[in-house]
Amino acid sequence: MKPFTYERAKTPAEAAASVVRTPGAKFIAGGTNLLDLMKLQIETPAHLIDLQDLKLDRIETTSEGGLRIGALVSNTALSADARVRRDYAVLTRAIQAGASGQLRNKATTAGNLLQRTRCPYFYDTNQPCNKRLPGSGCAAIGGYSRQLGVIGTSDACIATYPGDMAVALRVLDATVETVAPDGETRSIPIAEFHRLWGNTPHIETSLQRGEIITAVTLPRPLGGVHVYEKVRDRASYAFALVSVAAVIQHDGTGRVAFGGVAPRPWRIEAAEASIPQGARAVTSQVFAGAKPTADNRFKLSLAERTLAAVMAEAKRA
Amino acid sequence: MPSSDLSEISRRNVLASGAAAAAISAVPRAADAQSATSTAPVPKAKIGLEVNGRHRELELDTRTTLLDALREHLQLTGTKKGCDHGQCGACTVIVNGQRINSCLSLAVMHQGDKVTTVEGLGTPEKQHPMQAAFVKHDGYQCGYCTPGQICSAVSVLDEIKRGIPSHVQADVAVRPAVTNAELRERMSGNICRCGAYSNILEAMEDVAGSHV
Repeated sequence: MKPFTYERAKTPAEAAASVVRTPGAKFIAGGTNLLDLMKLQIETPAHLIDLQDLKLDRIETTSEGGLRIGALVSNTALSADARVRRDYAVLTRAIQAGASGQLRNKATTAGNLLQRTRCPYFYDTNQPCNKRLPGSGCAAIGGYSRQLGVIGTSDACIATYPGDMAVALRVLDATVETVAPDGETRSIPIAEFHRLWGNTPHIETSLQRGEIITAVTLPRPLGGVHVYEKVRDRASYAFALVSVAAVIQHDGTGRVAFGGVAPRPWRIEAAEASIPQGARAVTSQVFAGAKPTADNRFKLSLAERTLAAVMAEAKRA
Repeated sequence: MPSSDLSEISRRNVLASGAAAAAISAVPRAADAQSATSTAPVPKAKIGLEVNGRHRELELDTRTTLLDALREHLQLTGTKKGCDHGQCGACTVIVNGQRINSCLSLAVMHQGDKVTTVEGLGTPEKQHPMQAAFVKHDGYQCGYCTPGQICSAVSVLDEIKRGIPSHVQADVAVRPAVTNAELRERMSGNICRCGAYSNILEAMEDVAGSHV
């Protein structure tokens, strides 16, 4: 790791002000992704602002009948919350499908949203990578791309957003609450939070410099059957090849988002009208215009079969 | 002919080794010059934390992980460094009642925390029930992953008792039970290269049976 100075912020405003004032400063919460990247010198902050004292670790009911999840609520605590298990089970299932028990105890809600891709070429500092070193090129294109993106990618980057939690948040229409260094707050729909790579794959979210996530809010419960199905190379503790988050109602209508395939949780609302017609009717629209590589073309049929399994499970429930 | 080949090769070798020697002698000089220009001292921080029931004060390079603080500064070498990237679980310790990867956590972030390592669970004379069960069921071969496995195993039974859900639960709204499938899923963050998994599960089931 490169040397860095360290401080513990007391309020979100203080943390946001410090990060814009200090050259090379970064926030740290759970640290499970950032420290990994710092050891590899993919991230080299000169100053760390520890957020653990910000008191953003509570889950509260909102006046609209939804939930407001503090940015620092751990993955374990969020997945174990009785209200989440009862009304937003797809979120509990997605979180529990990711990482390990040790990591979920430390990883936070906001940190999970901000985790970086696991593209092997992003991780290998000997390789060109437009995300790690803008303008250097993309070794993944034409390289080993089995795990990488099939849709929403660009000529500059074919990496995926790797997480599970955000895929569930996408079907739940969550909102990301933030505060800027000037104290201004805003609400970002989860659909607009993660950006497509385009020509700037190093810019991954719609957050501005110094803007800090304070909470993630969920609207009123949707009802229905909540399913999260994840297909991966091991039975546990591996990133998704393809994952499906779905909320299916008893009349056969529903919502569905896919993970492991794109720069962000991939949901095409217009395709959801076809859910009663079966998996193929949905995935043919969701993945229209997909640009898979020879290595990861299988993800398209895998996504269809995983959705078919999810819909069968919802019918049984 | 052979002698001229030999002399050619030896002349090349001499030239090559001469160039290599010059390169070697140049490297330390360049490194010295570099370190001489970066005069900034390495940032340090003071922390106080409780490790295995004992208060400890440390002054550390801010880069020090909790794992390195335990092993290199407190000489608690029971906790092991495997991958150092949160993939193997050998560094698992219990902080404020929750298991974490100590390699993916900075020591300076643990001001005031209560840390339990394998040394804090029990001693050879007074073993924790999980330590005794690992011995009884032969839950290891080389033993390198064992401290992490034991810390994780103790936490897993506690997490089931506290009702933390898991990926293999059919219905996440109900309390989880101690089943083989649950234990396997919940222990997936601890890798054992010797493959002692089935004996580790037997040890855990033994402890769960007498406590749950």
